[in-house]
Amino acid sequence: MLSFVFRRFLTAIPTLFVVVTLSFFLMRVAPGGPFDLEQPLEAKIMENLQKAYGLDRPLWEQYLRYLGNLVRGDLGPSFYIRDFSVAEILMQGLPVSITLGSLAILIALLFGTVFGTIAGLKQNTPTDYAVVGFATAGVTIPNFVVAPLFQIIFGLTLAWLPVGGWNDGAIRNVILPVIVLALPQIAVVARMTRASMIEALRSDHIRTLRSLGLGTRVIVLHALRGAILPVVSYLGPTAAALLTGSVVVETIFGLPGIGRYFVEGALNRDYTLVMGTVVVVAIFVLFFNMIVDILYALLDPRVRYD
Amino acid sequence: MTEPSATVMQGRSLWADARDRLRRNRAAMTSLIVLGIITLACLLGPALTGHPYDRVYPDYVKVAASVTAHPTPDKIVPAIERVASRLRAKAEDIRVEGDIARLKLVAPRAIDERSLAFFERSDLFHAAKVLAREDEGKVMRIEVPIQRLHFWFGTDGNGRDLFTRTLIAGRVSLAIGLLATFVAILIGVTYGAVAGYVGGRTDTLMMRAVDVLYSLPFIFFVIMLVVFFGRNFVLMFLAVGAVEWLDMARIVRGQTLSLKRREFVQAADALGVGPGGILARHIIPNTLGPVVVYTTLLVPKVILLESFLSFLGLGVQEPMTSWGVLISDGARNIQGASYLLIFPAIFLTTTLFCLNFIGDGLRDALDPRDR
Repeated sequence: MLSFVFRRFLTAIPTLFVVVTLSFFLMRVAPGGPFDLEQPLEAKIMENLQKAYGLDRPLWEQYLRYLGNLVRGDLGPSFYIRDFSVAEILMQGLPVSITLGSLAILIALLFGTVFGTIAGLKQNTPTDYAVVGFATAGVTIPNFVVAPLFQIIFGLTLAWLPVGGWNDGAIRNVILPVIVLALPQIAVVARMTRASMIEALRSDHIRTLRSLGLGTRVIVLHALRGAILPVVSYLGPTAAALLTGSVVVETIFGLPGIGRYFVEGALNRDYTLVMGTVVVVAIFVLFFNMIVDILYALLDPRVRYD
Repeated sequence: MTEPSATVMQGRSLWADARDRLRRNRAAMTSLIVLGIITLACLLGPALTGHPYDRVYPDYVKVAASVTAHPTPDKIVPAIERVASRLRAKAEDIRVEGDIARLKLVAPRAIDERSLAFFERSDLFHAAKVLAREDEGKVMRIEVPIQRLHFWFGTDGNGRDLFTRTLIAGRVSLAIGLLATFVAILIGVTYGAVAGYVGGRTDTLMMRAVDVLYSLPFIFFVIMLVVFFGRNFVLMFLAVGAVEWLDMARIVRGQTLSLKRREFVQAADALGVGPGGILARHIIPNTLGPVVVYTTLLVPKVILLESFLSFLGLGVQEPMTSWGVLISDGARNIQGASYLLIFPAIFLTTTLFCLNFIGDGLRDALDPRDR
């Protein structure tokens, strides 16, 4: 097991390398630079700025230097948000994104599996249809439609909750964004759990349990263990995506998460900030994929990693 | 001895079976019809609404959605007074009869007939007609036809007809959806079929590359692509298509692996057909079932991704528009003008719903085991 974790860890490094290289050169090949203002800067000032940030060097040298700094954990200074290093900006944004993301994941897991299990147990009843209908709607209606609708309903019409803002993570401010983030995930998880629950309930070992006269609760628990597997593999990349910030939700609700920093950074050609965000997101994605693989090995005895 | 029956047993192809199963799926058939209507409306509608999609009506900014024609009766008189004061006259004795308003213009000096063009310039009236002149031209009796306009969905913050814009946006969204899906399918099918058919180390390497690409934060890459390389239409669907081909490649590779051991492929090989010929003639056509299903499910994903980019202001640019652009515009105006959000949102979600139902229906029809 340990050696598997270790090997899995090693394969993540080349992937991370590809991410860094690809995004570094993608950005640099593009026209425009971080100091292109509407009124062009004086040539001398431009030259000095370029020199100060090391942009006057050949591209390959900049690349190697960036890699070197990255290995030492230095993400460099932000080009656009002056006086801040990228690490500082990300440190401000990450807690916001992580709070929202982890709450959304928890809610999605809880409600998704419960709804899915109930629907699977009562296949082809009104309850089942209600869950399937909700799940289809949850998957289809995009979050940039749901979010403003919620703002109208709960923020303006009913005036129960604030329309946006972070307010140091006050519960009232967090509720709407978390629900908007969680809804599609609840839908997907419910759909998956339902499908695999139906399959699991038809399997031989469950029939054996039934014939032994065990109660529904025991049977559900046994079936759920098999049924949860696809959900686990789905949650890996989703968790990473949610934790690192849903760009839309952060934009609509005006939350200072890293998704928003990324878009702003990209629009302002803030090379280091964009790179920093991509690296952090990639690390999250890789990390969660690894966790999923390990969980899989623990949950499914047929999977062995030797 | 009886004659052998003249009727020949008609074989049923996979596609005929699938078509029958699809016809019995009510959700999928309804979706097909609704989607057809939306597509037709988007294609033909903009020519029929009577408003160009980029025509600005300065007098009708953020008019709410309604079925009655504009201008509303209570707006006519103040509008006439406004125009009259522009041409330095006072409007008196205003009578509105049906689509024509008759009035008397009174000015301290003689009224220049050319200044009546102010009426035509307003969005509310057509060209005014002089009926009579009195008092050396200081008093003028005129007749002004009222321009009746319909804004079924209201107008946006610039005074453009939302109905026309929603339909035009639908064109763009659907076009991007189809084109980007086409790009994704093209890359995915070729890549997957080649990897599966060649096999061995090439296969391992190619699929390893797909694994690596899978773990990239794609949304971020798309945003970077679009931001750094300018926001144009072609790049947009290339970027989206280049992102979405990964699943396709995996599906097709799996199919190819099982297909290439089948007798008809081996027979073709033995007869000397080259690998390119086998791929094009035997492998790819036989992967069509899953490809079709996945395509219908991919189109809504792509439309969603495009809307998402447009929502962030990274997609289609003004005055062109797409559902994502309209929704983002609506989201900024939820206070007071929520219809700006609701109509495009209804169109987008209906389309997505239909495509999902059709995709699910096709999957059930082509792969009945899963039901």
